Amino acid sequence: MIKNISNLGDAALYCDFGSDVNKEINSRVIRYFKSIQKENIDGINNLTPSYNKLIVSFDLKKKNFQTIKKLIENLNVIDSDELASNKIKIPVCCDEKFSLDIKRLEEKLKINRDKIYQKFFGKEFFCYMTGFIAGMPFLGDLEKEMRANRLETPRVKVPKGSVGLTEQFANVYTFESPGGWNIIGNTPLVIFDGSKENNPNLINPGDKVIFEQITKDQHNNYYE
Amino acid sequence: MNKNYFEVKRAGINTTFQDQGRGNLYHIGIPFSGAMDNRNFQISNKLVGNELNSPSIEFAYQGPLLKYFGDKINFAITGDVKFVVRKKNNNIVGNCYQSFTLENDDELDIISTNKSVYGYLAVSGEFDIDYQWSSCSVNTKANIGANNGKKIEDAQKIYISKINNNLSDKKLNYTNTKIENIRVIQGTNFDYFSDQGKSFFFEKEFIVSKLSDRMGMRLEGPKIENIVDTNIKSEGLIKGVIQVPADGNPIIMLSDHGTIGGYPKIAVVISADYDKLVQLTPGSKIKFKKVELADAETLFKLYDLETENLISQI
Repeated sequence: MIKNISNLGDAALYCDFGSDVNKEINSRVIRYFKSIQKENIDGINNLTPSYNKLIVSFDLKKKNFQTIKKLIENLNVIDSDELASNKIKIPVCCDEKFSLDIKRLEEKLKINRDKIYQKFFGKEFFCYMTGFIAGMPFLGDLEKEMRANRLETPRVKVPKGSVGLTEQFANVYTFESPGGWNIIGNTPLVIFDGSKENNPNLINPGDKVIFEQITKDQHNNYYE
Repeated sequence: MNKNYFEVKRAGINTTFQDQGRGNLYHIGIPFSGAMDNRNFQISNKLVGNELNSPSIEFAYQGPLLKYFGDKINFAITGDVKFVVRKKNNNIVGNCYQSFTLENDDELDIISTNKSVYGYLAVSGEFDIDYQWSSCSVNTKANIGANNGKKIEDAQKIYISKINNNLSDKKLNYTNTKIENIRVIQGTNFDYFSDQGKSFFFEKEFIVSKLSDRMGMRLEGPKIENIVDTNIKSEGLIKGVIQVPADGNPIIMLSDHGTIGGYPKIAVVISADYDKLVQLTPGSKIKFKKVELADAETLFKLYDLETENLISQI
């Protein structure tokens, strides 16, 4: 099921499941991720599933590329049940002070902002993966007309709660962080709660997400 | 209650609690964090008789000014650091890689690092701090770890819950060496770059930019031209990965890096060179040198043996 395994540096395996981004390939990645996680292999110190890749990091003091590669290749991964799924609504305010890249997007996509919002809100997204920063969900898929590249030079600071678009995906910046996505709004909702050691992420791979537009006042008063 | 503590009179620039970091959380977006320069971190603990992975205080450029209250305690500082102990009647100019004693009312002034970024302060005891996912390491971007996930701040107190009883003087003969050549393994998107871009990457000098921190090191130099696609489908990152965004300026992922990224990876810094890489100050010159996986594995073994050897001398 893994198309190719190569090395990423000297302390990680780069498992390639294909170049397309779709739910089928992504589900395969997630199944591998869960199987390896269950094996609890000594020396593996991180697993990073993404759309169509899985990175297996290991402690170079204990293992090396060849030994981990053999272990992964010999793993018997069974196609299991469908991935568990929650449905989550995310309120988003698109006031000028939040929609940092809306002008840029209008130019890139050649459609006006009302149309952009119309295509974005109310649509059901699928969570492919979480990461980059703690709890950030990668949600797909945007329609073809809504797909834009990242910023040429990433921002040094994207504000917490920013909702961004790039290519066929939407995301939410769970913290202030550097980043290159086109920002269209901001959510007051807490997407990552680090005080919950077991389940800090509000959105997990396989979940379904719908964005709902709110006003500036609703954003300001969200937790009151 | 804790009767032994530091009062922070000046916090310094980026002073945080760190240990060896937390694993197995990349999949939810949480990086390793942990001490940037792992060798110097471990040595600091050994010099005060602690377990090698005990929390120590990491500082960058300017360290903290700490006033100590409590029973006698030993401390050690590693890196390339200028510091002074101010006692009632005299000042002691400190040396790195040597343990010193602090008594009630003494002040420890960690003035600055010399031509390096990070230094470590370990005390012969246990800091009274919280752990999150089995590590104290502070990630200030996600507010994870000890001290509510924040930098140490002016006027706060740092409590020490337990002091080791047998305080013995320890010393190590060691000088940090600087490197200019950073050895790398070709990245998974190496072929995304033009022939000129690839040759620039290995032949030209790059300068460490001021926009560098625990998350990443930005570089300035000749632009690395991309001829395939300046975006890839976002995928996992590890520390040491060198991404090149559309503007052609490489960024090296460091310990607090984002766990996923969408810029092509031109190369990955080998594990053996990481501790020295992070010590390069803004303005430093870097040249990348290509090595193969087998060489990188051997170089790491040598580096690790050298670290173990240093630790065993203490």
